[in-house]
Amino acid sequence: MSRDVSVFDIIGPIMVGPSSSHTAGAVRLGQVARAVLGSQPTEALIELHGSFAQTGKGHGTDRGIVAGLLGLATDDPRLRHSFDLAEQAGLRFTIAAVDLGEDAHPNTARITVSDGRRTVQVVGASVGGGLVEIRQVDGYAVSFGCQYDTLLVVAEDRPGTVSQVTGWLAKRGINIAFLRVERDRRGGEAIMVIETDNPIDPVVLEALEDYPWVRWVRQVPRVEA
Amino acid sequence: MFDSIAQLVEAAETQGLPMHEVVIRAEMANSGKPREHLLGRMARRLEIMRRAAAQGISEPVMSISGISGGNAYRFWQWLEAGHQPLTGPILSRAVARAMAVNEVNAGMGCIVATPTAGSAGILPAVLLTLQEARGFSDADLVNALFTASGVGIVIVRRAHVSGAAGGCQAETGSAACMAAAAAVELLGGTPRQAAHAVAITLKNMLGLVCDPVAGLVEVPCVKRNAAGAAQCFIAVDLALAGVESVIPADEVIDAMAQIGRRMDERFKETALGGLAATPTGRRLAEMVWGNKPK
Repeated sequence: MSRDVSVFDIIGPIMVGPSSSHTAGAVRLGQVARAVLGSQPTEALIELHGSFAQTGKGHGTDRGIVAGLLGLATDDPRLRHSFDLAEQAGLRFTIAAVDLGEDAHPNTARITVSDGRRTVQVVGASVGGGLVEIRQVDGYAVSFGCQYDTLLVVAEDRPGTVSQVTGWLAKRGINIAFLRVERDRRGGEAIMVIETDNPIDPVVLEALEDYPWVRWVRQVPRVEA
Repeated sequence: MFDSIAQLVEAAETQGLPMHEVVIRAEMANSGKPREHLLGRMARRLEIMRRAAAQGISEPVMSISGISGGNAYRFWQWLEAGHQPLTGPILSRAVARAMAVNEVNAGMGCIVATPTAGSAGILPAVLLTLQEARGFSDADLVNALFTASGVGIVIVRRAHVSGAAGGCQAETGSAACMAAAAAVELLGGTPRQAAHAVAITLKNMLGLVCDPVAGLVEVPCVKRNAAGAAQCFIAVDLALAGVESVIPADEVIDAMAQIGRRMDERFKETALGGLAATPTGRRLAEMVWGNKPK
């Protein structure tokens, strides 16, 4: 792990048991999928790989991911009743085992969520102690751990887009900790993953969404351990 | 923050600061948050730890699955009845608290992952028991948690802390050596002695596999937390007496990482090997899951 780990990642999270990787980390993966969708999902396909598939049920991994999709925190005592809460909230979900190959971290989940208008897919791993590592968003290879506020911008891959986006952040006094651009092919679409030291205010998100070359913009809030 | 225990020790020695102060300053620099904020957040964690430990010894806490629980309470009652434990008055109470926190965890109660939920009993047990035995203040314990997290950060950067990635050595092993550094500092040892305690603790726990019955954080996790507290105490006593680890802490951590990488998947939290694959382990899994543990 190359990035800075906080003392509160090590002494934390404060969580409902039984497993930091299989319960708390699962909640966080659900939270990320919810944030990337940007709304309350109404449908979800939760696919579990490796140890998640083998022992996830006993650790409440399934309940945890569903809780995260509903926006619950890792220390929310309602976590064990998340299936009932999902029904009340109108979230239909399916849980399945999947083999994502040898390179995938043993605690990986592929979560496909929809709110009826939009569908997004997030692949992420729970890497221990409640820490997560997001590996894929809508088919784009990414890498972020939610230790920072993270801005995701999917846009046409053409000159000047990065400076426009970072220009807005500079204008609002938001400092960039890490920035990466991944694209599927030249001249197609690209994803910018921008991790920032401070939360990104809604003004920036709205301004970016107004650019015709921007497909979508989402903010994934940092996880407070 | 820190890439090695050696760096942490050197920073403390050259600046003439205790390890916890080095870690607090680094966290202040990284997060941009003031000291009071960090101390407050850590103090809240200490409270949750205390509540979980108290709950598990004051009443029998059963797991959600029903295959384990109530043993911390049973042991505590036995101690309270005046029995003389071979582990002595201090370690025996730490053992009870370590199991207590993990039973609360298995009951889907609230705990603090230190560094993981499966190993959440060790650090609170060691610190709370030292407080009881030697009169340390809550402020002392909060500082000790920063020292422990400094060690944990190094382990995350060099190795693993999850059973799925590195086996139980990565979970209870990490927790025990974090607690060892914190305990050495509390008891007046030097940063160098804390590093030796880290090394000795982890050396004694290398190779430990993660083989949870039915895939649940119960059997053998609860008792392995008790064992982690014991390993910690052995290493702390040795280090305070001036006993040194021949292999430096960072090299032990690297060895743990290598063992973890090469460990068969069956022994890394998949519930396919070890105790999980014994006849009794399989029978319990069938009992919990109806037929197949899937």
